[in-house]
Amino acid sequence: MGKIRKLTCIVCPRGCDMEIALGDGGKVVSVSGNACKRGAAYAQDECTHPRRTVTSTVRLSDGRVLAVKTESTIPKELIFEVMKEINSTVARSDLKIGDVIIENVSGTGVNVVATANA
Amino acid sequence: MNVDLVIIGGGPAGMAAAVAARKSGLEDILILERDEALGGILRQCIHNGFGLHRFGEELTGPEYAYRYEKEVVDLGIPFLTGTTVVDIDKNRRVTAMSAERGIFTIDAKAIILAMGCRERPKGALNIAGTRPAGIYTAGTAQKFVNMKGYMPGKDVVILGSGDIGLIMARRMTLEGAKVHAVCELMPYSGGLARNIEQCLNDFNIPLKLSHTVVDIKGKDRVTGVVIAKVDENRRPIKETEELIPCDTLLLSCGLIPENELTKKAGITLDRVTGGAVVDGSRECDVEGIFACGNVLHVHDLVDYVSEEAEIAGRAAVKYIRGEKLRTNEIRVDVDGKVRYTVPKLISEAEDTKLYFRVGSVMRDVSVVVREGERVLLKKKKQKLAPAEMETVTLTKEMIESIDSGSISISVE
Repeated sequence: MGKIRKLTCIVCPRGCDMEIALGDGGKVVSVSGNACKRGAAYAQDECTHPRRTVTSTVRLSDGRVLAVKTESTIPKELIFEVMKEINSTVARSDLKIGDVIIENVSGTGVNVVATANA
Repeated sequence: MNVDLVIIGGGPAGMAAAVAARKSGLEDILILERDEALGGILRQCIHNGFGLHRFGEELTGPEYAYRYEKEVVDLGIPFLTGTTVVDIDKNRRVTAMSAERGIFTIDAKAIILAMGCRERPKGALNIAGTRPAGIYTAGTAQKFVNMKGYMPGKDVVILGSGDIGLIMARRMTLEGAKVHAVCELMPYSGGLARNIEQCLNDFNIPLKLSHTVVDIKGKDRVTGVVIAKVDENRRPIKETEELIPCDTLLLSCGLIPENELTKKAGITLDRVTGGAVVDGSRECDVEGIFACGNVLHVHDLVDYVSEEAEIAGRAAVKYIRGEKLRTNEIRVDVDGKVRYTVPKLISEAEDTKLYFRVGSVMRDVSVVVREGERVLLKKKKQKLAPAEMETVTLTKEMIESIDSGSISISVE
């Protein structure tokens, strides 16, 4: 028998309350309550393999810190592994916004990039 | 020094106002910024979620700020950083100072106030107990972690569920701290639903609604806080007191528009928003002075700050050129369920978006705008919450049809 899962969408500040009907093996049968297509895609991901964008700071060689993010979402269960790799990195102090700092972080296939100019 | 348009504050509001003014054809603009760089509070808001409305993509705070900073620079709009405005008057004379120039005055044809807001400090919260090290506002902690690279503590309790508090709960957790609880005095959260989900639920951080901090323990450093459930009158219930050992208490208990300069110019402030009373163009009741962004009323989305700042920027240019038209002023009254609207006055017959906030969580209701008994507009809403700013748009035709000088907005 199917189950209903309730989720608050995190795609945008509207924060839609969604209901997801799950079928056999946790497969998403239908999504309701979402105001847009991105919400449905989020619900699909969230019920199968949740993903998140990680934002943090990286230490620069001159001692300052610089804001960074994963260029796209990474598997939620790898958040702390990604954080560990970011925190063990020392980056150049002349980075520009958008520069890649870590390629393929924690084997996710996603790069960590600078979100500000150093 | 004489400048056509002086903009006080180089955060998202000030930058967007400057860009809009320049694109309306005004040459002589000067932005005055107190910090060492443009960008305002966005510089320390390194999390994502900005810009979905404005740019159709999800940006971090510094990325959002950079888009506007780049435009300011590309358009050649002059700005001074490290410059603090200490006075303005109703004749639009601005007194500022910086290490480089000392004290100097600028006579402006128009001023845009874009100074932003401040966090409610611990002194305003009346928490009993000692005053050891380890108590910070969430924004101060955010600056330490994100700008300076220091962690303010390891075991954290957060009082207040404003968005900055929720964001900092996640941020501290990512950097290895243990966040024991977020306590919220009210029975609902002060932050966005998405932030409860992705900042607390993702990390199993408990949100304790109708809870507050009743005592702070520790001599030199915080050693714990006592929390308690509150009754419907927000009074702590003694039997529910619980000691949580911790070394840090973060406060996220509301933001207050920073209007010290506004008061000096003799501008009337709204008691509910803490910001100036403005008309649709965001002009204050002192001629030629406009306000936008968090100094006017606290926003939850920077996208709306940019939108509002553009209105102020364009209107200031019209004012300088003597093109600002005034029809009769229409006052917007609220019913209490709607706490306030910005603008509070409508003085021009053009499409006008009313931004408003409600006082409690309401479901399946309608927002109704009336002139007397006549319904101008009715909009159904699935959910309204104090943490989420709402809008209704009055068309030019609706405004032209109003002849009594006031309208009302209510939730039914």
